[in-house]
Amino acid sequence: MSSSTAQSEAKLRTFVAYVEDKPGVLNRISSLFRRRNYNIVSLNVGRTHEDGVSRMTFQIEADSDMALRIEANLYKLVNVLSIADLTELPRVVRDLALIKVKATPPDRAEVLQLVEIFRARAVDVSPTTLTVEVTGDQAKIQGMVDSLRPFGIVEMVQTGTVAMSRGPEGRAARVAHGASPGFAADEAAE
Amino acid sequence: MEASKKIIAHAQPELEKPAPGAVPEPRLMPGSEILWDALVNLGVDVVFGYPGGAIMPAYDSMIKFPIHHVLVRHEQGAAHMADGYARVSGRVGVCVATSGPGATNLVTGIANAMMDSIPMVAITGQVPSALIGSDAFQETDITGVALPITKHSFVVTRPEDICSALKEAFYIASSGRPGPVLVDITKDAQQKSCLYAFDPSPVRLPGYRPETEPLERELAEALDLISRAERPILFSGHGVVQANATELMLELVDKTHIPVAATLLGLGGFPASHPSALGMMGMHGEAWVNTAIQESDLIIAVGMRFDDRVTGNLKTYAKNAKKIHIELDPAEVNKNVHVDVPLIGDCRAILKRLLPHVQKPEIEPWLKHIDQMRGESAVIDIKELPDEGKLYAAHVIHDLWRMTEGKAIVVTDVGQHQMWEAQYYKHDYPRRLVTSGGLGTMGFALPAGIGAKFADKSAEVWVIAGDGGIQMTAAELTTIAQEEIKVNIAIINNGFLGMVRQWQQFFYGGRYVATPMKSPDFVKLADAHGLLGLRATNRTEVRQMVERARSHPGAVVIDFRVEQEDSVYPMVPTGADLGDMIRRPKRETSEHNPIYETGSDES
Repeated sequence: MSSSTAQSEAKLRTFVAYVEDKPGVLNRISSLFRRRNYNIVSLNVGRTHEDGVSRMTFQIEADSDMALRIEANLYKLVNVLSIADLTELPRVVRDLALIKVKATPPDRAEVLQLVEIFRARAVDVSPTTLTVEVTGDQAKIQGMVDSLRPFGIVEMVQTGTVAMSRGPEGRAARVAHGASPGFAADEAAE
Repeated sequence: MEASKKIIAHAQPELEKPAPGAVPEPRLMPGSEILWDALVNLGVDVVFGYPGGAIMPAYDSMIKFPIHHVLVRHEQGAAHMADGYARVSGRVGVCVATSGPGATNLVTGIANAMMDSIPMVAITGQVPSALIGSDAFQETDITGVALPITKHSFVVTRPEDICSALKEAFYIASSGRPGPVLVDITKDAQQKSCLYAFDPSPVRLPGYRPETEPLERELAEALDLISRAERPILFSGHGVVQANATELMLELVDKTHIPVAATLLGLGGFPASHPSALGMMGMHGEAWVNTAIQESDLIIAVGMRFDDRVTGNLKTYAKNAKKIHIELDPAEVNKNVHVDVPLIGDCRAILKRLLPHVQKPEIEPWLKHIDQMRGESAVIDIKELPDEGKLYAAHVIHDLWRMTEGKAIVVTDVGQHQMWEAQYYKHDYPRRLVTSGGLGTMGFALPAGIGAKFADKSAEVWVIAGDGGIQMTAAELTTIAQEEIKVNIAIINNGFLGMVRQWQQFFYGGRYVATPMKSPDFVKLADAHGLLGLRATNRTEVRQMVERARSHPGAVVIDFRVEQEDSVYPMVPTGADLGDMIRRPKRETSEHNPIYETGSDES
């Protein structure tokens, strides 16, 4: 990985991939990341509306050359149906966090007010705590965390980032036709 | 990158033997038989392997099928044999081992095949599916171990899945950029039965689309660069050999007269005796080749990956050259060297599309300049060196080349002798040099030579190995004896781990740590295996012994006692600029090393 050939500065890039929902697939992908020395910032995998197809969103620090190689290397994996780099596209990017924060009755109103400001939701309450669900990008979640920290955060969890391009084009995995949505879309664009 | 090419819809695998007529009636068959039946249908007639507990049901059934099994002495040998078989035949090589240690012994051979993109299917037994994860006797998670060194892998736990896994494995191993595929089959999958008939229909893998094609625009850019080039150079890599694109390369060169440099694995892909062939590039490439690369204004790289042994220092590599990269694997583009025009796809198909439109560039001064460089700095030729009673490895290889008229299959190990072979055995034919390039696996040559022989029974096969490498897999001499095959083994015996010794001499103050090496008496060793052992200690004996070996009906081991502290020249030290080579000492300045540059006797 020679920096002398880099075409742009490294930055955080967001990729989405459709993969077959089979045992060991995540292992193959993470093994590739490890072997090629890609440093994963975030990784999320979940099912889609199509049977047997999972969708991954992952974020990696990379320059544009490296981004192309990341795509190409993932594309070589037999279980990867398609891969696309959303970094330069208009896109929706979301994280979801659950934050359990100390909130005894005297503090509760103030915490709820903060929740309101962040357009988050209270999803659980106990005599001493409140659990907050917040969605948004990393900056928003970090803001929520910073605001709640003074009250005392008991625990928190967040999903990896998920992303989707804006606009009408879907990147559905047309598994039945064996065609890659990412490539198919670009083929049409050519 | 994705925008720059389109995917051909779902390439169909070409099964080696399409089943004639209709699909036969399914019948009840144990997995152990399905395995061999599927392999026979996939065109397999020889496998290299070693039995053991978890693969015993399969071995028990093997006898019913027209498949020859070569019993190896160590599973690493099986993997290298399958590798050598694949390189010479262009077909998928198959090796078989049991679970646990049998499987882990394959690992080096699988990694070797991965690095050199060799189509190979490795079949391993696995403990019964109910015991997986229990640390059962001889259990190893071999697909996990081999994950980074396989193109793909399968774990099969049901007899119903054996045939499809093998079909897919063969397809994946041999299509696109080839590579090794591991099929791990549990013992119960071999023992249980199911209704089975070989299904000859094409493999369907929705996520695997190895075929790509460049766009017209990219082809036009490449053609434009070629027509305007003043100092162009063509690279002929392993991809040319694997895509059987030799004739198209010849056509391209006949049309354009662009000079051709080869990578180590590309040797033979473009005939060495062609007037436009420059020779090998890189760390031990000839000086004029590397200088030409550095001075070029256009590199057309065909089926190669700009390995670090080829480029030297990337910062100073061919700085003024535009680069056209014809390459099958998109992940190789811009990996080490930034290219101006990537043409991603099968190099044979791309050359076919380029050829009708290629225009001859005006390059006469460039060709004259290269000829001048060649004349001034010819490293060779030791062939005219008088026989002073000493024996040099280069003599041995040069004489071998002359006596076999360059037609033998030569299988080399790794180290000095490998580089001398690349320099002095001129390969005019593809698939006649078998060598471990990417991984650099010592011990490769002897087993790979056995595999090569099974791929081409009528060929004259010469294994060339050092005294170090041969000892790593010398047990396979018995395999040769048991199989009664004719393979000649030339041991370039200098009493050192020669390449490491050379590096110690150049870069580590001449401290020969752990490189002086004692060897068994190779003549006696051959004799102990029932093979003919010979020895040569001077140049006259080289010819005599090679002649004896060639006329002897059985396998022959020749112990060539060569000069101990000879070095491979020229050499680009690791990370140095490609043009910055350690040159062969001249005669007048070196009493010690009389292999010198003459510059006059190249013709």
